[in-house]
Amino acid sequence: MGISCKNLSLEYPTLNGSVLALDDVTFTVNREEFVCIVGPSGCGKTTLLKIIAGLLEPTGGQIETESSAGGARPHNAMVFQEHGLYPWMTVVDNVSLGLRFQGVREKQRHAAAMVFIDQFGLSAFANSYPHELSVGMRQRVSLARAFVVDPEILLMDEPLASLDALTKVIAQEELLRIWKDNRKQVIYITHDIEEALLLGDRVLVMSGHPGTIREVVTVPLSRPRNMRDRTNPAVVSCKQHIWKILESEVRQGMKERRAKVGA
Amino acid sequence: MPWAIGLMFFAAWELASRAGMISPLFFPAPSIVIDTIIRLLATGELTRNLAATVGRMLTGFLIGGLAGMSLGILMGWSANVRQVIDPLIAAIHPVPKISIFPLIMIVFGIGAISKILVIAVAAFFPMVINTTAGVRHIGLIHFEVARNFGASPWQVFRHVILPGSSPMILAGVRLALNLSLSLTTAIELLMGRDGLGAMIWLSWQTLRIEELYAAIFCLAMIGTLFRYAVIYLSRQLVPWQEWNRP
Repeated sequence: MGISCKNLSLEYPTLNGSVLALDDVTFTVNREEFVCIVGPSGCGKTTLLKIIAGLLEPTGGQIETESSAGGARPHNAMVFQEHGLYPWMTVVDNVSLGLRFQGVREKQRHAAAMVFIDQFGLSAFANSYPHELSVGMRQRVSLARAFVVDPEILLMDEPLASLDALTKVIAQEELLRIWKDNRKQVIYITHDIEEALLLGDRVLVMSGHPGTIREVVTVPLSRPRNMRDRTNPAVVSCKQHIWKILESEVRQGMKERRAKVGA
Repeated sequence: MPWAIGLMFFAAWELASRAGMISPLFFPAPSIVIDTIIRLLATGELTRNLAATVGRMLTGFLIGGLAGMSLGILMGWSANVRQVIDPLIAAIHPVPKISIFPLIMIVFGIGAISKILVIAVAAFFPMVINTTAGVRHIGLIHFEVARNFGASPWQVFRHVILPGSSPMILAGVRLALNLSLSLTTAIELLMGRDGLGAMIWLSWQTLRIEELYAAIFCLAMIGTLFRYAVIYLSRQLVPWQEWNRP
């Protein structure tokens, strides 16, 4: 049930000619593998994820999967950022959304949703609306919503980006714990290098203009992970290595932004 | 507090009218207006006019409102439809709806159809504008979520577009109801044989001022009642909205 992206590219037209958002992106994700994509903002990470999710069509290359479903695309579920929850649905309705669209009856889909609502520690809030929850809780609802449809592959777009540093640590641990019990392929997008190293088996380092994969780093950590791994010397040196790849681009981006503001 | 101010206002009016400080002919005391309302209810005259006005208003509102909402959803959903219809709406919307009443009468005659049609036209515009804005206001991410989880077009409509636009639609309902009531009254003033507007006109002509006040009071009550109905409906339909929280 692997997934492989071959020479993916995406070009889109603008008023000043066409822009190459992704160029020659090639990588594979193996069965039960947790792959993180790290890169500065605007490097095309989210675009890549949307292509894998089927929300965008690539202009070049292809995605190959040995999907058990036999379709062209793997059965995937995307974990959107917390504002992807439907404010008009309660937690249990949000979590069971995918099942509802599949036509599963309310009683069954709520029962299935409750399993993950329990696992994410949200049982007391099953009938609350998203606006009644904290950002961290909303993010857990978003995660639960993707797990419930039992996808072959989970696509996560900076799911923990809006959390504060302390909550984030807890959320990362929780995510790994639940992933351990529901092994899926994961593609996890983040701009947090440390997070990528703590969660992933491999880290794809991406840079932008056009979006390309610069390097694939294998994380020198075994599982289960521990949040104390942050200070592990192997992780620290990996982090510095990745930062070196991205540093010049981040600085360049800042310079361009400053120039724009100046002009 | 608002209640207290209202009560004080009516008390002052009552006293001033009784003491003759303001002309009781033009400003009959509130107690006299209430007596008149009770009397007209007893004879059935007020009930008949009330029913005529509310019936006309609601029929027009439902026809125009549903049409506006349906078109608004299409316009919000499809950029093509929006590009064609939007300029038309922008052009027609500023026209005072009462001004096209004679035109409608030429085509549809002076019967009930013309009256209801012009009310429907008035209700149509706030509904189509608000519904379009409501649908367009739904974040792209909500559509992406629906697509990613495999929603059919009907499911997108039922679970994303309808609930997502309902706060704006309900705001449109409130505007449309107000406009419908105004138009209904205006039409009845112009040419109604029944309805509260006709009652106002008749009592003005015959200088039965207390009946004029009775009719105005009833119109105010209708407006207030619909206002609370919409607030109640909002609490039921969009309990997730910030401003509906207790």
